[in-house]
Amino acid sequence: MEQLLDILRELHPETDFETETRLVDGGVLASFDIVMLITRIEEEFDVVIPAKDIVPANFNSAEALYALITRIGEQDD
Amino acid sequence: MKTVLDLLGMRAKAEPDRPMFTDETETLTASDVAKRADSLGSALIRRGAAREPVLVFMKRGGAMIAAFFGVWRANCFYVPVDAEMGESRIRSILDRVHPLYAVTDESADALLSACGFAGERLDAAALFREPADDDALDRAERGTLDSDPAYLVFTSGSTGAPKGVVGVHRAVLDYAEQITKTLRADETDVFGMQAPLYVDACLKEILSALKCGSQVVLVPKKLFMTPVPLVEFLNEHRITTLCWVVPALTLISALHTFDAVVPQYLKTVAFGSEVMPPKQLRIWREHVPARYLNLYGPTECTGMSCFYEVDRTFADDERIPIGRAFDNTEIFLVDENGNRADEGEICIRGTAVTYGYYRDPERTAKAFVQNPLNPDYPETVYRTGDLARVNERGELEFLGRRDDQIKHMGHRIELGELEAAAKTVEGVDAACAVFDRERSVLGLVYTGAAEKAALTKALAEKLPEYLLPKRTLRVERLPLTENGKTDRKAATLLLFR
Repeated sequence: MEQLLDILRELHPETDFETETRLVDGGVLASFDIVMLITRIEEEFDVVIPAKDIVPANFNSAEALYALITRIGEQDD
Repeated sequence: MKTVLDLLGMRAKAEPDRPMFTDETETLTASDVAKRADSLGSALIRRGAAREPVLVFMKRGGAMIAAFFGVWRANCFYVPVDAEMGESRIRSILDRVHPLYAVTDESADALLSACGFAGERLDAAALFREPADDDALDRAERGTLDSDPAYLVFTSGSTGAPKGVVGVHRAVLDYAEQITKTLRADETDVFGMQAPLYVDACLKEILSALKCGSQVVLVPKKLFMTPVPLVEFLNEHRITTLCWVVPALTLISALHTFDAVVPQYLKTVAFGSEVMPPKQLRIWREHVPARYLNLYGPTECTGMSCFYEVDRTFADDERIPIGRAFDNTEIFLVDENGNRADEGEICIRGTAVTYGYYRDPERTAKAFVQNPLNPDYPETVYRTGDLARVNERGELEFLGRRDDQIKHMGHRIELGELEAAAKTVEGVDAACAVFDRERSVLGLVYTGAAEKAALTKALAEKLPEYLLPKRTLRVERLPLTENGKTDRKAATLLLFR
């Protein structure tokens, strides 16, 4: 989780990612941020995030995003 | 024919009920658009507007496009503004233009007040309901020349102050001819529009609708975060044509979207604004059979000026050409001595060249210059600052910039504009904006007491989203070159190595 928070904080140091739950719906993440974010996550966590999982529900909070990464990681194993 | 308003008139007469612009809330037919333009034009004339810039500050949608035409009906020129441009940019525009009238909806209220707009605020929805005054509209039409300004579109400036490019009616009319010919647009086409309405990029779709009867569906901005729903949207609306910035297309191809869903109706995919990575183009071409076009052109020359139709596969280390100039436009390259060359700065000549920058003779004189190849009579060409070469096939290839301008998220950015904004933040002493071309990431290296979080928060309040640094680094002092200037290359390495 710390690793993910670091990636997110690097993008937006002004945001408190531990409490923010509207990253997409509230406009914290910009429209083309998402490619950079996913590319970083795929590199750092060695996972491939399927396109169908790229929906607001999975990206609105660091917690939801971490749950997604964990789920994909487990499926891969 | 003097302006593209004549095309709108013909459309409204020939096929009044044909859908023209569709957004999230409504579909406007040709006749809806013409009626709204007549009402809004009459309303502006009634209030005394004439041959002057009129701010159009609305939510992106068909109504905003109709408002542009309404401003033209009053023989005025529009200055498009959107809340996402950010307070600092909007303030600079107001300072430069001082418009007496602003056509608005509720999205403008807070920002116009914050920026101290002193003119008259006019609610677009109310103006659209006012009666048309045919005599006044006729007089305004007779008073309009094809050499009159059509719009003021603002683009990044290196000192921090954006530059207002003055577009001209006859260039817009010519562009309608050239862009639709290049895209082979016709009445069966449905455009999925990605461009914001405050840049000249939106003319491609708008002019195809006016000239060829194509339909335009404005793709909601929020879909450009979720690739699968985005492609589903294209299929649902049977979109045939995309003219998108490169990051919008790579959002789809880079995130494995085609494994889940593939666009079904696309015939033409045009891209531009920055360099398309060959790998992403290969993914697109493998999954979606269509005509692919690389477009190139600066705002200063009315939309796009140059195109290449993809006819071969490119390896990662190859450049996708920008091809050749549109009909009725000439592109030539000059070397440092101002002589014609096969490699050098791109200069553009023709009707498409705009008038220059609004109330800015100095910066206009630097870029809009006498044709260096013509000593015989006055002829203005635009020096782009872009470098190119002619390859062995005779195609133009874009090589880079002569200065610190970059292309990022589809926007043209002067690194100086970000630096100027950063220096106004409390606790920032010096700042150097840097760009990692490989990963397309904008960053900022700075000195001073300001915390990273406070700095990015302050910048987010001032600047449009695409100008915000995604990596920041505080240092004791900025690296300097031997001449004592900030060493941008060294600063780039500090942040991205």
